[in-house]
Amino acid sequence: MQDYFIILASEIYKILFLLIPVLVTVAMIVWLDRRVWAFVQKRRGPNVVGPFGLLQSLADALKYIFKEIIIPASSNKVIFILAPIVTMTLALIAWAVIPFSDEFVLADINVGILYIFAVSSLGVYGIIMGGWASNSKYPFLGSIRSAAQMVSYEVSIGVIIINVLLCVGSLNLSDIVLAQEKIWFVIPLFPMFVIFFISALAETNRPPFDLPEAEAELVAGYQTEYSGMMYAMFWLGEYANILLMCALGSILFLGGWLSPINMYPFNIVPSPLWLILKILFLFILFALVKAIVPRYRYDQLMKLGWKIFLPFSLIWVVLTAGYLMYFDLLPTV
Amino acid sequence: MIAHAIFFYIFSFIAVISAIMVTVSKNTVHSVFFLILDFISISCLFIMIGAEFLGMIMLIVYVGAVAVLFLFVVMMLNVAHQKNTFFKSTHGSRHIPIGLLVSLIIFFELVIVVGGWKYKPDLINSISLKISEVSNTHSIGYVLYTDYIHLFQLSGMILLVAMIGAIILTYRKREGLKRQSYFSQISREKSDGVNLVDVEKNKGVKIDV
Repeated sequence: MQDYFIILASEIYKILFLLIPVLVTVAMIVWLDRRVWAFVQKRRGPNVVGPFGLLQSLADALKYIFKEIIIPASSNKVIFILAPIVTMTLALIAWAVIPFSDEFVLADINVGILYIFAVSSLGVYGIIMGGWASNSKYPFLGSIRSAAQMVSYEVSIGVIIINVLLCVGSLNLSDIVLAQEKIWFVIPLFPMFVIFFISALAETNRPPFDLPEAEAELVAGYQTEYSGMMYAMFWLGEYANILLMCALGSILFLGGWLSPINMYPFNIVPSPLWLILKILFLFILFALVKAIVPRYRYDQLMKLGWKIFLPFSLIWVVLTAGYLMYFDLLPTV
Repeated sequence: MIAHAIFFYIFSFIAVISAIMVTVSKNTVHSVFFLILDFISISCLFIMIGAEFLGMIMLIVYVGAVAVLFLFVVMMLNVAHQKNTFFKSTHGSRHIPIGLLVSLIIFFELVIVVGGWKYKPDLINSISLKISEVSNTHSIGYVLYTDYIHLFQLSGMILLVAMIGAIILTYRKREGLKRQSYFSQISREKSDGVNLVDVEKNKGVKIDV
């Protein structure tokens, strides 16, 4: 019985050691997002609270905590309260399998990539539940749009993952990173990286694909009826999902924790730092896209997903498989 | 081992309770949410017996795609306020005998499958299944495209036929629909759209489109 408690305590310590940095990073990344957005538009961005405005997110969080939570009278109360909790939980549990270095990973499971894919496909439920339970027109329209959008783009993300898995021969995330020791997959699979990036934008409801919360048409989509801490949880979950997609992109294509060149000044940098740098690089790209691209029309969004990305990535699967087969490069089990 | 048993009973309890709630709950959308809970706890059970690939595929396919479409349809049909009158109605429903018959047939099929697996473990004889010490993703890969390739292709064909059938049943061609063609938009030249004319004073000009 003693052993159980020791194991339990050490696991809880590990989970907190992972989750608290992730939550702090999510708060900081919101600041970074707003700063990049402002710099592109020649504004200053948040620069008042703390040095460089770094504490702006904390100030916002405090404001949200002390605001009143309003639950609409005609809403479906249980589901209304569950929706932000589901979003936040799903955004955080996916971090369990992300490998930060060859030994620093919370759960090194066999089907890590499938786990992340499953959790990110469950993410749509937070939005649908919130939109439906609000019992109001704009949130409902937003959640319906978002359901269609996320289901469509998941398909192309799945096919892109198949491309990478063909080159690796394992579903384990650490194996995927180690398979890139010679060459990062971004070089042979560059078109797939581009499509993955765009699909990740659509999957996380980022501009130019932010139709679920298009503020010009739908006020704020599924978030319209939410206030106070519940709104903040949606918001944190959304940014945690964006970070997760950046982490997935850097693990699948940019070599995860590996240094760019295995040489002296590069390989003394601790490996988690490389992963963090790659995540930051991808996140700044996300933020730039938000600042410079106008929103898509809904039919264009669906056309892009189903008629362009899906056939293209399927053809690429055939090409990759044929190439590996012909040159006898298929990974051995 | 005790922890394993505790988790098994928690998940199976949730699975059974939510399966009952799917049929009992009065709101159709709640039924779908209970169905999702059921899928999730069943995939947890799959993972607990070491079939982590099946568990994850269950989550991705059923919860991530099929149940989303269920929810979509239920919400769009606006049946949320239709009350389930099964436990309230005074007269019996006519659907119950058919439902009982179907569930009886499924029950006997399950008995046959479980019996075949329990009392004759070498019922399925496959050379490719002899490999031990590989993860179940690999072992599914070994048999799916070798021994069971025809069944795999057949199920794929059935799904394709069902999909085409659904599209044909619901497709209707609408007249007078304006579609955007990117190709004709991009291939438009200046000479197609712009026409310079000299307009005489007090006369105006006629432009034929």
